[in-house]
Amino acid sequence: MNAISLSPTDLAIAASLIAFDALLSVLLKLNLHRQVLWAAARMVVQLIAIGYLLRLVFALHNPAATVAVVLAMAMVAAREIAVRPERRFKGADGLILSSSGVAIATFATVALALLTALRPHPWYEARYAISLAGIVLGSVLNSGSLALDNLLTSVTRERPSIEAQLGLGASFHDATRTLVRQAIRRGIMPTVNQMSAAGVITLPGIMTGQILAGLDPLEAVKYQILLMFLLAGASGLSAAIIAYLALGRLTDDRQRLRLDRLR
Amino acid sequence: MSEPPDTAQAGLLARHLKSALAGPFDFAVPAGGCAVISGPSGSGKSLFLRMIADLDPNTGEVRLNGTERQSMGGPAWRQMVPYVPAEAGWWLDDVAAHFAPDKRDAARQLAADFGLVEGQFDAPVARLSTGERQRLAVIRALVLDAPALLLDEPTSALDQDAAGRVEAALKARLQKGCVIVMVSHDAGQAARLRADHYLMVERKLARAAHTGVGK
Repeated sequence: MNAISLSPTDLAIAASLIAFDALLSVLLKLNLHRQVLWAAARMVVQLIAIGYLLRLVFALHNPAATVAVVLAMAMVAAREIAVRPERRFKGADGLILSSSGVAIATFATVALALLTALRPHPWYEARYAISLAGIVLGSVLNSGSLALDNLLTSVTRERPSIEAQLGLGASFHDATRTLVRQAIRRGIMPTVNQMSAAGVITLPGIMTGQILAGLDPLEAVKYQILLMFLLAGASGLSAAIIAYLALGRLTDDRQRLRLDRLR
Repeated sequence: MSEPPDTAQAGLLARHLKSALAGPFDFAVPAGGCAVISGPSGSGKSLFLRMIADLDPNTGEVRLNGTERQSMGGPAWRQMVPYVPAEAGWWLDDVAAHFAPDKRDAARQLAADFGLVEGQFDAPVARLSTGERQRLAVIRALVLDAPALLLDEPTSALDQDAAGRVEAALKARLQKGCVIVMVSHDAGQAARLRADHYLMVERKLARAAHTGVGK
């Protein structure tokens, strides 16, 4: 690979675009300049920090360090999923179910890729495991949080029709079947859109990055296809696991609707 | 509280029925008997019906014709004591789709008995009036042929004629031994159904002064 190395000056020139945005905000009274500057500064600091952290972890060749980094990222994702919906579970229920969904969906897809397609030596090599986990977690977070938010909102809104069915002796599963289906569909939809748009409407970020870094476009495309499949699998798993676990917490052994477990 | 009633007796029996919000209630209706509960809004009438139906977490013993509710799952119990809320929800677009295929003929017949205009049974739910929806929600429970019915203000949106038709169907069920517990603001309804009349005030249940003869 003959990646063109970027110098600080190159980045500084690109940063003038941020200055332009800020200037625009001042001139047009958009009242956004502070936020733009702050977000840009945060982005730079966060990315430089993760760059150094990754370099350190890659150099360590220590499985424990790799696991620690992946776990930390997964925990942030799980927390985001649990706190994002407008209606949330009381206590730790939401965090427990989102962690389970994130852990299973991420581990299953990343392990599949590492053991079959990429096969680095050793298979848990940090460079591959962390990068894959990172991109898969993005998808898991997105689909899990959409599915959970959709399910909790619709179950709350449809309480009269769910209880009308329960009151006539329907099982909780039957009374909520269409709502769960909708929630899982909602979770998977962005991945489907992403796949159908890839290459025609958008050049996926990973692929573009690799091409810019000097990789042959067809090689980059193969990686992108592999990643898309991983993301599709991960988002399906995440949406389904989280939706069904949440559904289980919305009922009890008498198959009542337990909205009192939400706040 | 009165003497604990015989647990093997026919009819609906509730003892020490209690939730975080209401109770304890002790309550009995014989087979073929009707109980009408009146009381101000928010006094706990709906909560009481929901506790019998086991739709809200609650403790206590509830038996129907001797069978304890804990001896079966929640859905099986509610098939025996279906509950129709005051504003029952609908979960599909068309009215007819809310009925199991083998119950549709019976439901159509009841809709006609209740004075619904022909064709409304096959209409989208959105096109029905409040009163039509209310009658059809009662029909959803009636076609289950359950040994008990829990009805929350089943005739509140109906004119006298329509309410009379619903009452006639309920009387026919009572004669077959069905237990009916119903919330109603219509003072005459308890008398017309020859029901035991109860008052719910601040989550306490008491026999109304002019209690009917029962059955």
